[in-house]
Amino acid sequence: MSVVAIDKNYADKVVIRDRVENFHGNQVVYVHWEDHLMFHAAMAFPLPPAMPFGALVQEVLPTYYGMHPDFAQIDWSAVRWTVDGAQFTPALDKSLKDNGVGHKSLIRFWTPGLDGYKHSRS
Amino acid sequence: MNAPAKLGLKQRYSLLTHGLDWKPSYQPMDKIYPYAEFEGIKIHDWSKWEDPFRLTMDTYWKFQAEKERKLYAVLDSFSQNNGQMGLSDPKYVNAIKLFLTGITPAEYQAHRGFAHVGRQLPGVGPRVAAQMQSLDELRHAQTQIHTLSHYNKFFDGFHEFTHQHDRVWYLSVPKSFFDDARTSGPFEYFIAIGFAFEYVLTNLLFVPFMSGAAYNGDLATVTFGFSAQSDESRHMTLGIEVIKFLLEQDPGNLPIVQKWVDKWFWRGHRVLGLVAMMMDYMLPKKIMSWREAWEIYFTEAGGSLFQDLARYGLKVPKYADVATAEADHISHQNWLTFYQACHAAGFHTWLPTDEEMGWLSEKYPTTFDKYYRPRIELFREMEKDGKRFYNNALPQLCSVCQIPMVYTEKDDPGTISFRSSEYKGDKYHTCSDGCKDIFDNEPEKYSQAWLPVHQIFQGNCGGATIEEVLKWYKLNLGADNLDQAGSPDQKMWDEWMAARSRVAG
Repeated sequence: MSVVAIDKNYADKVVIRDRVENFHGNQVVYVHWEDHLMFHAAMAFPLPPAMPFGALVQEVLPTYYGMHPDFAQIDWSAVRWTVDGAQFTPALDKSLKDNGVGHKSLIRFWTPGLDGYKHSRS
Repeated sequence: MNAPAKLGLKQRYSLLTHGLDWKPSYQPMDKIYPYAEFEGIKIHDWSKWEDPFRLTMDTYWKFQAEKERKLYAVLDSFSQNNGQMGLSDPKYVNAIKLFLTGITPAEYQAHRGFAHVGRQLPGVGPRVAAQMQSLDELRHAQTQIHTLSHYNKFFDGFHEFTHQHDRVWYLSVPKSFFDDARTSGPFEYFIAIGFAFEYVLTNLLFVPFMSGAAYNGDLATVTFGFSAQSDESRHMTLGIEVIKFLLEQDPGNLPIVQKWVDKWFWRGHRVLGLVAMMMDYMLPKKIMSWREAWEIYFTEAGGSLFQDLARYGLKVPKYADVATAEADHISHQNWLTFYQACHAAGFHTWLPTDEEMGWLSEKYPTTFDKYYRPRIELFREMEKDGKRFYNNALPQLCSVCQIPMVYTEKDDPGTISFRSSEYKGDKYHTCSDGCKDIFDNEPEKYSQAWLPVHQIFQGNCGGATIEEVLKWYKLNLGADNLDQAGSPDQKMWDEWMAARSRVAG
């Protein structure tokens, strides 16, 4: 489908505000910890594409998810990951880009055995 | 001219509306009304438009002036008698902060939209009606501002609503709703605001706010509600007339209109999620739950409306079933979003009391205890440990409704409903099938979205820290934001009450 517009050339004049070039060398990455809806939505981060995946796990995630009582119990070797809907096993020493994480990619992760505060998925 | 001294109502109306129209002779119609055709709507005979209310401008001014006199008399007395002290609880004030910042600018947008439609439709009947509605909407914006300016003398968060409307992350929700409607063609605008919003959904906005005000001692807000009410019934009549007219004019209009009804029902439902949390969490004295309101005003009233419209081939909006299922969740999901994000908001939040939790369990027997009570208990634990939870990350937003992507799957309330699309090599995320359909139908439009979170990352919102962004929003850190407990509002209220009980001895 395409836009219904009075200007026939409307589509050519569209300025997309969220092009990766507008993020000063970063790309937007969304991360969501499944079954822990204490965190209301996936979190958005502006991250350099060259950042190692390990830095996301070791630095970013503890800062933002660390206050949940389940966080300390995560067995990281058992975590199941998807990026943009596809299962993957992240290579921690490789960059986000080399792990298939692009601009506005969504990373979801499941932590087996941990399903939120009092098993409420919160 | 031998006109009789006094004209009959019908004749008067006819002369003062249709009688003022003329047939252009030196410009073609499509040059005068350039917006009339591009949406694909076909109108064969504008004279078949039946004016839903026979109101002429002179009578209109007389009626409105009378209502204004009454309203301002009540407001004067409210202010002279320190009416704010009769509120049920200072928490209530946060509901009207949300109203002034979220709804009032939307009234103004509706005024601009109807002014545009009132200029652009080739039929004189709808043009006159749209002009009157345009004036109504402007009057609503003004009376709301005047009413709530009284609260601005005492409470935080009211002071910069026009500046904030264009900037603050959650205000982008009603703003983008109206921006979308106003940048559509005149017929889509009319269906979006006149029918989907004013007719199908308006009771879910006005009744809760006005009854909520009445229950919580806010006589000022009740009064502007009353003052707007007779206008609203006119708007509803207009909304139903426009849809019948379009469907009767040409069979080819039906699929176009159905698509707009689907789209604007869904967009309206998303915006009304703010009202849902207001009813279930922000009113210290509750009127009814959002679930109950949805059943009365959408399932029952909307059900019979669409039954009536079935003879034109119009169907119940797509995803109405999803919206109904969401009625068990959205108030909780929205409030617990604001709970953790109110360090960046212009009003305060708090956790419900035990008594309120009991009410929520009773009203939401299948969902509250299972999904939301434990979340609230966890937040309580954290508060008790002195670690009141503020989420310092910014959320992923829906590319269409611009709400943080917090809504869950219809059959799985523990899993967020993630949807996405690709357009020109970029990904776009949406919160639901409803929003995804809207995106996919016009990706050119929504790919331009000004998403507040991404704008912060791009450096367009004053800086990267929360302090800098709040400054750019003109929100005062420590006064307008954070929890109700410890806020200057609460402190002032406690002092008033202490003084009052000293006086009472």
